[in-house]
Parts: sequence; structure tokens; C-alpha cells
Amino acid sequence: MFDALQAFLSGFLFDWLAIVITLVLQAVSVVLPIMLVVAWLTYAERKVIGFMQVRMGPNRVGPLGLLQPIADALKLMTKEVIFPAQSNKYLFIIAPVLALAPAVAAWAVIPFSEGMLVSDINAGVLYVLAVSSIIVYGTIIAGWASNSKYAFLGALRGSAQKISYEIAMGFALVTVLMIAGSMNLTEIVNGQKGGFFHWYLLPLLPMFFVYFISGLAETNRTPFDVIEGEAEIVAGFHVDYSGMTFGVFMLAEYAMMILISFMTSIMFLGGWLSPFEGIPFLEPMFAWVPQLGWLAFKVSFLLFVFLWLRATFPRYRYDQLMRLGWKVLIPLTIVWVFVVGAMQYFSFGPWFN
Amino acid sequence: MGKFIKHQIKTWGLTELFKGLSVTGKYFFKRKITVRYPEEKTPISPRFRGHHALRRYENGEERCIACKLCEAVCPANAITIESEERDDGTRRTTQYDIDMFKCIYCGFCEEACPVDAVVETRVFEYEFHERGPHIRTKEDLLAFGDKHEEQIAADRAVDAKYR
Amino acid sequence: MTFEQFIFYLLATIATVAGLMMISVKNPVKAALWLVLAFISTAGIWIMAQAEFLGLVLILVYVGAVMVLFLFVVMMLDINMAILKEGFTKYLPLGAMAAIAIFALMYMVLGPEHFGLEVTGNPVIQPADYSNTVALAVPLYTQHAYAFVLAAVLLLLGIVAAIALTLRRRSTTEVLYQDIDKQNKTLAVDRFRMVKMEAVVEKDIVTKEEDDK
Repeated sequence: MFDALQAFLSGFLFDWLAIVITLVLQAVSVVLPIMLVVAWLTYAERKVIGFMQVRMGPNRVGPLGLLQPIADALKLMTKEVIFPAQSNKYLFIIAPVLALAPAVAAWAVIPFSEGMLVSDINAGVLYVLAVSSIIVYGTIIAGWASNSKYAFLGALRGSAQKISYEIAMGFALVTVLMIAGSMNLTEIVNGQKGGFFHWYLLPLLPMFFVYFISGLAETNRTPFDVIEGEAEIVAGFHVDYSGMTFGVFMLAEYAMMILISFMTSIMFLGGWLSPFEGIPFLEPMFAWVPQLGWLAFKVSFLLFVFLWLRATFPRYRYDQLMRLGWKVLIPLTIVWVFVVGAMQYFSFGPWFN
Repeated sequence: MGKFIKHQIKTWGLTELFKGLSVTGKYFFKRKITVRYPEEKTPISPRFRGHHALRRYENGEERCIACKLCEAVCPANAITIESEERDDGTRRTTQYDIDMFKCIYCGFCEEACPVDAVVETRVFEYEFHERGPHIRTKEDLLAFGDKHEEQIAADRAVDAKYR
Repeated sequence: MTFEQFIFYLLATIATVAGLMMISVKNPVKAALWLVLAFISTAGIWIMAQAEFLGLVLILVYVGAVMVLFLFVVMMLDINMAILKEGFTKYLPLGAMAAIAIFALMYMVLGPEHFGLEVTGNPVIQPADYSNTVALAVPLYTQHAYAFVLAAVLLLLGIVAAIALTLRRRSTTEVLYQDIDKQNKTLAVDRFRMVKMEAVVEKDIVTKEEDDK
């Protein structure tokens, strides 16, 4: 579709201008739905946590409170952006941009279903890892530029935490790459064809948990939200942000949550594949579900788990958090790399052949 | 040894995490007990201490005799009373102001009143948007009492046997 | 100008400006951030030169990890620029000579006579499914396996040495340490003892009242 558009545009425009317009349109067509999902994810979060606390959650704006995100966005946009005294103005403004940009840029390689993606690059996994590793700059710069001790403490905590958990996350992905034999996300999903028992979930069950836990830490969600830590450092790195600059940080956090959910579904839960492939009656019964439908179902379940965990667990103490990252998750992933190697050598199960 | 294995299973099986998740998961489907306030309201006790009112006797005569017991007992000094002798020789108030910003709704004024003149009603839904109206004058309070007399009398009647 | 050229010149300009700013800016945190920008635009250029693995690893390792640790340290510094600037003119001739020498060496090795299509030949246009990663991995794990393992061992040694240097345990009278493993292993029965005891009825008071009567 976009190729045809580009060809049409280059008929009467400069080539490079046609390419730029097409790219921008492609980006918008991915980012806009993501931002809408982000908006209603905040609503879902408040509703789910409310329900788990035997409350109603937001129910005032619109039917069932469904228009709440719009009201929130309007409120944030009309509020004044305050610059703290002695803060570094440029970096203060750039920080939220740096937080949001990578969270959005990573979507360039995420496949939504067979062939439905912006750019099908060979090193897709590596690209997502690299881009999500830049996110930490938003936190660090926000903490430093605010010229506030609380924000600075939050930034230090955040940067140390994110670097630690990125290692566990990378190793968990290495095991997936070992099975799939490719860094291309489409090929990874296609390698899981053949129903539930061909997904990488079972041979990599511990890695699934490691990846998801690291994802929690990467997105600063409870129980790993020491970076915000309202009890001891008020709101951490974004304590001095107001109005839409604060809103952009929120957008980045939720966009990252959705990204982690997508990556988990693609890596471990068979992406857009139906779990009933190869089962006599169930497969034709669910044949009408589109590929995007299966992926959306898996992603929304994982997002629900994100919210469920937030409603359930208290925050980690910082030393326990570091211990979990370095002394539990990283050794576990390294051991599992060897286990996967052994499974590969002995052509274990339907996964290695 | 058995304890060690048990501990390992508990740790790596994440049993306690799942236990916690199952608790919140159960509560997710429980009936929500929130009272949706403007549409639904919780029942209010007849002893509820809300907005003040001054009452009258059935013949229309105001009850307050300007004894100033409420003014004396008020812990927040919210009540101001001035009095004079009326033409028929009874003592009546010329000024009876309650500063609603100072008031802490303790109900002492009502208990101190020998003639049940000043009472606290069930009404709690009122607000002030500027300074000025927050000082309730005698006229305001009498009018308020006239408006809610039925409810006030019913509440006093229910509570009478415990006084 | 094709689209590729446009992107190349854009990235090259950003990289050059960022590099210049990095060495000229006063604030060390800002210098580190300019360096990050230089890294990112360089990675972009590498990716354009069909070295997507190297480009992404540059971002992952240098931007995502090394520079973050760098910033971590630099942010906590309280540098007095006046003291740092002292003796600048005294060391200027020596510094300038070193800079010229390095530049000359670089020019000799990387000068224009070593580059250009007549020296290197036309770069091979790879097919779209050509994987840079595999092309890099195969010689690394076959031809150069020994050197690769050696480098890995060296890095591991570095990690162990760094931990050994910084790990110090002071006596427990000075600092209280928490043993998290021990804390996690604690069971409810270790800390909490359920005691069964008979209910105590305080009869004395009742009898006293009876005495009063």
C-alpha cells in the first residue's frame, strides 16, 4: 500500500520528498493507534486496580468513565509547564522527548501480523534492545536537569536499575535467538508454528518469567518502581515536571509497557499464531479469528498481568531489587543458555529440529 | 534436607507470588461496594451533625432566649450573640452569628441549649464560594430551621428517649 | 542528491558538530550527552554502510550501557572549572604538539590516498536477505575462536578484579549488613510462636466488690 503511495507521489515530487512523506505516513499509522491504546490503558489500569480493591474506578466522565483519558489529556495540556529555578532549560525540555522517542521508535520493527510491519529488518531483536536501552536517558537527563535532590536520586536509581535488568533481558532473548536461529521477528514467530506445544513458552518457561520480570523493571512498574518511590522520593525523576511534559513521561511509560507485552507475545507466546493449530476440532472453530486478533488477545492479557501485579505486590527494597537482578536473574539466564544448548544438541522436543 | 527442598520449590515455583495474585484475582470479581455518591447516599443517623438551624415554637415564637450558653461552650468561638430586652419584657437575641469556617461541628451548642433552639441538622451538602456568606446570621439560621423543621422535629423525637 | 546521500550528510553533520561540541562544551554532563549524540549518528552511518549489527551494538553497548555509567559518575562530580583551567597555557605547547603528532599519524594511515573507489574497489551490493550478523559471527567463532575466547576471559578477569577491588566487608560492629537470602528463607514459625494457654478469669475483683457490700 505504502509502496504504491510512494510511487504515486514520486510522479510529481522529488524522490526524497516522496520517501519522507511515505515514511511519515507509515510512522503515523503505527504511532497513532499505539497512542490511543496508551490513553485507554491508563483508564484500564485505574479500572482494574479499582476493581481489585473493591472500588469502581473512574466512572464519571462519559459512560462507565470511558472518556476519562480525554479529560486527563485535556487537563494536562492546559496546565502550565513550570521550570524549576536553576534548572537546565534545554535538557529539561529534551528529557521527556528522549523518554518518548525510543519507546515509539521501537515500533518500527514490531510485526502486528504476517507482513504487517513498517520495516522487516534482519536484526529486529537487536534493534528493539538497542532502542529500548536509550530510554534510560530520558530518566537520567530529567533527574539531572531538574536541579532537585529527589529527582536526582530517582534518576540514579533508575539508571542503575535499568542497566542491571537489561542484561538479564538480553540473555533471555539470546535463548530465544538460539532456538529460532534468527533475529528477525517475523521468522521467530513463524518458527513457533504448529500450535501451543510448538511455542517457545514451554522450553523457555523460566526465561519467559525472567523476560517479563525484567520488562517490569525496564518500564518502572510496581514492584520495581523505586525510581518513582512516592514514599521516599515523592515522584522520583519527574517530580519537577508539570503539565504535558509530565504527560509525555506517562505516555513513554505506557508505550513501553505495550512494547514489552508485544515482545513477550512474539518471543514466547507465538505472536499472531493461533494456539489451536493442528488440533482437529478447535482449529477450524477458531479459523475466523484474524492474526492481529490473536496477537491483540495475548498482548492484552499480558497488559492485564502488568496491572494485576501492580495491584498485588508491594515495592521492592532497593538492595533486594539489585540482588534479584544480579544474583538471581542473570545466573539463571546464563544457566538456561547452556540448557538450551544441550536441548539443541539432543534435538529435544518439537522445538529443535 | 526436606525443608531445603521445600524452600527451593517454594522459591523457584513462585508459589507465594501466585498466592498473592490469586487473592487480588478473586477480589477482581467481587461485588463493588462503592457508594456512587450523588446518585446513591449512605443512610444518615438522626444524630448527624450538619448545618446549624434555629428553631421556633409551634406558635411561631423563636425559641432562643439569648442565654449565651452555646456561645460559652463553643470550643472554636464560632458563635457570636448580642441580646436586648424586647417590648414584651422577654430577652431575645439581636444578633446570632455562626462562623461556618470556624465551626468544628462538635454539637456542644446543641447539647448546651436549654430550649432546643440551636440544632444541627442532617444537611451536609452546602458550600461557600466566597467570604461573607460563611457567617450565618440569625435570619439565615431561622429560615433554615423553618425549611427543615419537619425533619428536625422527627430526628429529635427519635432521639428523645436517650437524652 | 539521492535520499541516501541526504541522510548520510545529515548524519555526518550531526556527528561532526556533536564531536566538536563534546570537546568544547564546559559542563562535563553536557559533553557526555554530546558524545552520546555523536555515537548515535555514527551508528546511523554504519547502518547505512550495511553494517547494521555493528551499528546496533554500538548503540546497545556504548550508548545504552557505557555512557550511562559515565553519566552516572559525571553527574555526581562537583567540578570547579577555574582550578581545572589552571596551567592551561603552560601545557598548551606540549598538548598542541601531541595533537599534531596524532593527527599526522592518523593522516598517514587514514589519508585520502588509502580510500576512494580506485583503492578499495566498488563495494559489493549485498542481497536484501544478507545477514551482517552471520557474516560477522562465522569467522569469529571459527577462524578467530581462540582469540575470541581469550578476549572473553580477559573481560571476565576484568570483572572479577573490579569486584574484588571494590568489595570490602567492614566489621559488623561498624556497619549492619542484611543477609537477604537468610531473610527470604525465614518462615513464619521461626519468628512467631503460637502459644496455647488457659483463659484467666479475674475473680479477685468480683470478690472484692462482694466484700464491700
